[in-house]
Amino acid sequence: MSEILVKAIDVTKRFSNFTALDRVGMDIRKGEVACIIGPSGSGKSTFLRCINMLERIDGGAIWVGGELLGYRRQGDELHELRDHEIARQRRRTGMVFQRFNLFPHLTALENVTEGPIHVLKEDRKAAEAHARDLLARVGLSDKVGHYPSELSGGQQQRVAIARAMGMRPELILFDEPTSALDPELVSEVLDVMKDLAESGMTMIVVTHEMGFARSVADTVAFMESGRIEEIGPAEKVLSDPDNARCAAFVRAVHK
Amino acid sequence: MSATDDIYRTSHLKLVPRRHWGRMISAGVVLLLLAALVRAFANGKIEWTYVGDFLFSRTILDGLVNTILMTFAAMALGIVLGVVFAIMRISENPVLSSIATGYVWVFRGAPALLQLLLWFNLALVFPKIGIPGVMEWRTVDVMTPFVAAMLALGIQQGAYTSEVVRGGLLSVDSGQYEAARAIGMGQLLMLRRIVLPQAMRVILPPIGNEVIGMVKTTSLASVIQYAEILHNAQIIYYANTRVLELLLVASFWYLATVSILSVVQMYIERYFARGAKRLKATG
Repeated sequence: MSEILVKAIDVTKRFSNFTALDRVGMDIRKGEVACIIGPSGSGKSTFLRCINMLERIDGGAIWVGGELLGYRRQGDELHELRDHEIARQRRRTGMVFQRFNLFPHLTALENVTEGPIHVLKEDRKAAEAHARDLLARVGLSDKVGHYPSELSGGQQQRVAIARAMGMRPELILFDEPTSALDPELVSEVLDVMKDLAESGMTMIVVTHEMGFARSVADTVAFMESGRIEEIGPAEKVLSDPDNARCAAFVRAVHK
Repeated sequence: MSATDDIYRTSHLKLVPRRHWGRMISAGVVLLLLAALVRAFANGKIEWTYVGDFLFSRTILDGLVNTILMTFAAMALGIVLGVVFAIMRISENPVLSSIATGYVWVFRGAPALLQLLLWFNLALVFPKIGIPGVMEWRTVDVMTPFVAAMLALGIQQGAYTSEVVRGGLLSVDSGQYEAARAIGMGQLLMLRRIVLPQAMRVILPPIGNEVIGMVKTTSLASVIQYAEILHNAQIIYYANTRVLELLLVASFWYLATVSILSVVQMYIERYFARGAKRLKATG
């Protein structure tokens, strides 16, 4: 078994008096693809956002690549990291959003090169060559100069995946990447994600696509009310879950 | 062919366009009034030769240059202050945010003319400015009409502009902030590369409007002896008493300046509208 890349222990998140995450724990190994399923409002997306520090956690801890997120340990004290240190930690993790969030004033190519050039300080020529490769890989060689407004939802999401990969992350988080797409555009995005998974990328995917989870995921976690109710190999969780609510959810989604 | 079929045949009929009587009458009335206005000016006691003579006179052109100079100086100061205070206003630091709110409150709350007089007469209460013991200047030397006008107009403009910029920043979708953070950007890089370029689309039309407003507001600086175009036109008509002729000369140059700026604004807006030719497609 490969080494652990993401370790979450007792992650708790509260929004005023609503507990969004209640002592969530999870281990993700390098190269593993984990899907998180569950009803809306169960905390799936919140958990994903905590791994990228888009949300602050109120309890517990998360490590990515052995690095504690958001804090630096000094003896018996945990010191909160400064903004630029948090920004540096985020570089190891890519994120793909439900609503794409491409930069509308930049072309597809510029969306992908923005981070490498301005954050990683890569050479422009090299960054552009890499970006062209990535856009070719997601099947958009002919759209490099297009603005997001000129692309379909499926194309925009594929650019967003290329943008995440442009930062050469060790891990990519997908937050319901196909939920905002018209049904006929879902498969082109899932195909790209499947290809990415086969190339060995570590991925955590919040999704309602049971077919994708079944065929691509190594691990599936079922969340409800801020807790992980069941976690295990995809086949087991999706076909023969121990948890009754998980079984009911899988049945309902499959209908 | 029966009679009932006949009423459905229209191809042989002649088409008579509708007459827009209302439009014709209203256009006629307006043209008549315009003719009366032209006639009034032609017959009025305006010596058009004076207008022609002074249009390109040295004093007037110097004034024009000073007007343009002050417009840019005050707007530059206003935009810099506006951006800084808008960012302070939306920051999570309560001290910075309150100071920004206070700045807008104070400098939007007093007339431009009053602020001009205030800065110009600063020497009355602060004879010397600078860091005591290190660098000091006499306020009367520093507070020239140019400096006083730039500070007064620029600082007031900053108060208005900061509200415009704040509106622009708020118009950028929160997903853009998240996407920028997700690729590891820090606050400043995110503002400079992602947020401000998008906010510009919302910010520019009102800023263009304010630049054009500023061209004319600079005329207030004539009261503190700043040699802009109205000030110089007044100096000439105090001497030759051709008041209206010189006011027309000044009007011409204001209109010309504003027209050129409107064209410039159009091109700048076109640049920042890139990527926004169509609304966001969903599929």
